[in-house]
Formats: sequence, structure tokens, C-alpha cells
Amino acid sequence: MNILTVSPSPHIRSGISTQKIMLAVIAALIPAIIAGTIVFGPRAILMVVFCAMVSIMTELVCCVLMKKESTISDGSAMLTGVLLALNLPVTLPLWQAAVGCIFAIAVVKQLFGGLGCNFANPAITGRIFLLLSVGNDMTTWTKPFYYTDTPALGFFESSGSAALDGLTRATPLASGDAGLLELFLGNVGGSIGETSALALLIGGIFLIITKIISPVTPISYLGSLAAFTFIKVLVTGGNMIEVPYALLSGGVILGAFFMATDYVTTPITAKGKLIFGIGCGILTFVIREFASMPEGCSFSILIMNLLTPYINKFTKTKPIGRKTERRIANEN
Amino acid sequence: MSDSKSNLNVLKKGILKENPVFVSLLGMCPTLAVTTSAFNGIGMGLSTMFVLICSNLVICLLRKLIPSQVKLPCYIVIIATFVTLIQFLLHGFVPSLYTSLGAFLELITVNCIILGRAEMFASKNKPLASVCDGIGMGLGFTLALFLMGSVREIFGSGTWLGLTIPGMVGHTMSLFVMPAGGFFVLGILIAVVSKLSNRKPPKKFGCANCPNASACNAKCEEAEA
Repeated sequence: MNILTVSPSPHIRSGISTQKIMLAVIAALIPAIIAGTIVFGPRAILMVVFCAMVSIMTELVCCVLMKKESTISDGSAMLTGVLLALNLPVTLPLWQAAVGCIFAIAVVKQLFGGLGCNFANPAITGRIFLLLSVGNDMTTWTKPFYYTDTPALGFFESSGSAALDGLTRATPLASGDAGLLELFLGNVGGSIGETSALALLIGGIFLIITKIISPVTPISYLGSLAAFTFIKVLVTGGNMIEVPYALLSGGVILGAFFMATDYVTTPITAKGKLIFGIGCGILTFVIREFASMPEGCSFSILIMNLLTPYINKFTKTKPIGRKTERRIANEN
Repeated sequence: MSDSKSNLNVLKKGILKENPVFVSLLGMCPTLAVTTSAFNGIGMGLSTMFVLICSNLVICLLRKLIPSQVKLPCYIVIIATFVTLIQFLLHGFVPSLYTSLGAFLELITVNCIILGRAEMFASKNKPLASVCDGIGMGLGFTLALFLMGSVREIFGSGTWLGLTIPGMVGHTMSLFVMPAGGFFVLGILIAVVSKLSNRKPPKKFGCANCPNASACNAKCEEAEA
């Protein structure tokens, strides 16, 4: 005899869990980590591991201090560490990377109540914290493949050491001297994980196919940035190459696929995601064109993170069958 | 309770229990703006304390003469008098501090701690108690500004009261001396003070837990009980 089980909804559950999502995103970042290691040498992968370790340790310490159940097994702290490391230049001193991780996990995430309660993406905020605190070290980019000409940078050496003199170069966003193919493959100066568009696209498409992220945000982000750059080229009469250049240089692809799709700090509905993506695109364009700094990707995502509660409120869906005020008025 | 003992309590409560910065969140503007170094913090704190004590005393002595319709302009005139005094004193004797405090020295006139204490305390209490209140609140404000300034100066500039701290050279983070860093440090210090003084948010917010209870005219149930 069949026994019917009576239980409240939901009755159908997917097998997905926070842990699986986080691990899938980390897996999607592996091509970018490999590309970063190829371009910037072995210190790149050491930075990624170091940041992940510091983030996990910080999460553990926070949980112990706050007398909460440890949340390191959900993988979110590891993901924050990896993402933050990919946003740092390879020569950043280790203590600065550690401060960024501690800030991201302890201040941005745990002080606000842990995963799900953070108001902004911890990795983005950690990066901005470092950019404002140690701006010089954060914008010292090394030449790609510098480690083939000179002895590789040791783990404990960092920018400012004599071995690196003359090896730095500007990010292509500032100098504008790289070819499109170089930009696509990642053979340019920049943060560890942002240079190779190819590797990031592989990871991003993997996430879209496995339905971990919605394609709406990345497409609207990149699309609006391209559209605005296109309009700018039309108005100022520049070269059309600026459009793909704007998309491939800097951190927009990393931001669009991995940062602007964070579950906690971006809108829930597809319409909200569209607004979020377009907002990011507009802000990135405005900061790049009119502000004093060459890159505006992280700031634009942070600003849109802060607007997310309002976007969610604005795009709230109506439950099926809910009567609108007008219909109620008509019936009466 | 004897009079002197209650005056001592009035003096003590300003330092931690009703600290104007960390508990009442008054005077945020100078707290965030001038605390880029510990010395500026002390200078601002002591100047405010001087004005606070003097204005508390004068307002308290004149409390029966000031008509309530024009009490705010009267308070401002009294406070502005003492601000002008301290401004001339600093300009004459500590010109470096005068320059670094800039407009914020003049803005002590509209500092809400001073107006707040005039309204909440000095206009309702005896002169000695008002002076004690001024000293306590002034000390609490100075302490808060000194703490803020120390944290921001040590991490932001690698110095403390102008002395270079060995080991911090080349390891400074300029965010701490930026305005955003001021907000960070303030928020974290408020959290730490709240944790240390073991204040749990009361389930029902009654007058007993309200630092502004003395200024509040609303008679709620708990106040009567």
C-alpha cells in the first residue's frame, strides 16, 4: 500500500546546493587561472591559492568569534579569495593581498551577517578597498611573459623590488597600444585573471550552459557598453576598432560573467538583471570616458550592487491570480 | 544620593555610557572630517570641550531669563562668543592646529553636541551639574576623536602624534585618511564600543535605555512606572 506523505511545498527540489554553485564557478575560473599563470608566471597561481587560503581562514575565524556554525564548507569564501586574486596585479605584495581578503570576508560579508546578507560583492569591494588604499601597487602592471626574460619573481618578492624595474607597463586601457588578438588571448598587462578574454569566455559559457548564471546580465552589460562606445565613435568620428577594444580590454568580461552575476547582490528577476547589466554598462562607459581613472568596471558593479534592493522592488513580479487595484475597483 | 556624587555620575556618563560620538552619534561632521591625525582629534576635542563647558555654564545661569520662543538664537549667540574666543586663542598660540582644523573650528558653533547639551541638560539643571556635564561630554568627545585620529593616523600615515612608527613605513593604506576610511573606522569603533559596554539592543525600547530621555517630553508608560 502506498503511503501518501503530506508536506508543505516545495515538493520538487533540484539537486543544486550553494556548495555546488560555488564549486562550479571556481571550476569556470580555472581557464582564467591557467591563462594568468601562463602570461604572468608561477606567482599568479600562488597568489590565487594564497588569497583563497586567507579568505577561508578569515571566514573560519569570523565564524568562531561570532559563535556561528562554520560556513567554510559552502565554498563561498574560497570563491571570494579566487575572484579577488584574479582582480589583483601579479606583483602585489602579499600582505596587501591578505588585507584585501580579510576586508572582503570579515567586513563586507561576515559583519553584515554572512553569505546571503552581504550588501555588495565581497571580491569587488575588496578590490576597491585595495585600489583606494594602495593605489600605486594596485596599478603596477608587469609586461606579459616578463618571467621568460628575467628570473621569475619569487613568491615573497613584490613590486618595488629591484628585479622588476623596467618591466612594468600600462594596462592597454590607459596606453591603447595592444592589438585585438593580443587582447583576446590575454597577451597584455593587467590583473592576473582579467587579461585573457578567451579563457574567461570559456568559463562564462560553461556557467551559462550549466544554468548556473543567467545570460541576461553579461549580455546586457557587454551589449550596453558596446552600444555606448559605438555611439561615442559615431559622434566623435573615431575608429570603429574602439568598440571591440572597449569590450576586450580591462576587466569587463571578468566582471560581466563572474561578478555581475553574483546571486546575493544582483536582482532576482530577468527584467531586474537586464536593468542591472545596462546600468553597469553605462557606468563603466561613463567612468572610463569622463572620470580620472582608466577602469570603471569594479566601481560600476559596486554602485549597481547598492541599487539592487531598489531594482528588486521595482521589478517585483505579481503572483498568478493576484488582483490588481484597478480590477478590484472595477468589480466593486 | 548626595549632590557631589550625582555630579560625578553626570561627569562619568558622558565618557562611555552616553558618549556623544559612539552612543548618541552626535557631532558626526567634525568626527569624520578632522580626525585624519591624532593631534587634530585632540585639538578639536579640547576646543569643543572648552566651548561646551563655558556655554553650558552661561546657558544654565541664564536659563530663567531666556524666553523659550527665542532660545535657539540665544544659545547660538552664546556659543558663537566662546567659539570666537577659542578661535583667536588657537590662531595666536597654536597656528598649525588652527590651519589644519580650518573651517571646522568655526563650525563648532553649530555642533549638535553643544546645542544638544544646552537644550537637554544645561537649560534644566543647576550650574555645577551643567559644568560637570560639559566636562564629561567634552572628555567623551575628545576621547572618541583621539581614538579615531589614532587609528586613522597609524594605518593611513604610519605615524602617531607625529612620531614615525617603525615597521609601518611603506605599509600604509591611504584609504584610512580618506573620507571613506573615516566612515569605516567610525563604524567599526561604534561596534567595538557597543560590544565592550555589553549593550544588547533592548527588546522593547523604553525610556530607561534612551540617552535622550532627559530631553524628551513624551511621557511613556515606563517613565511613569
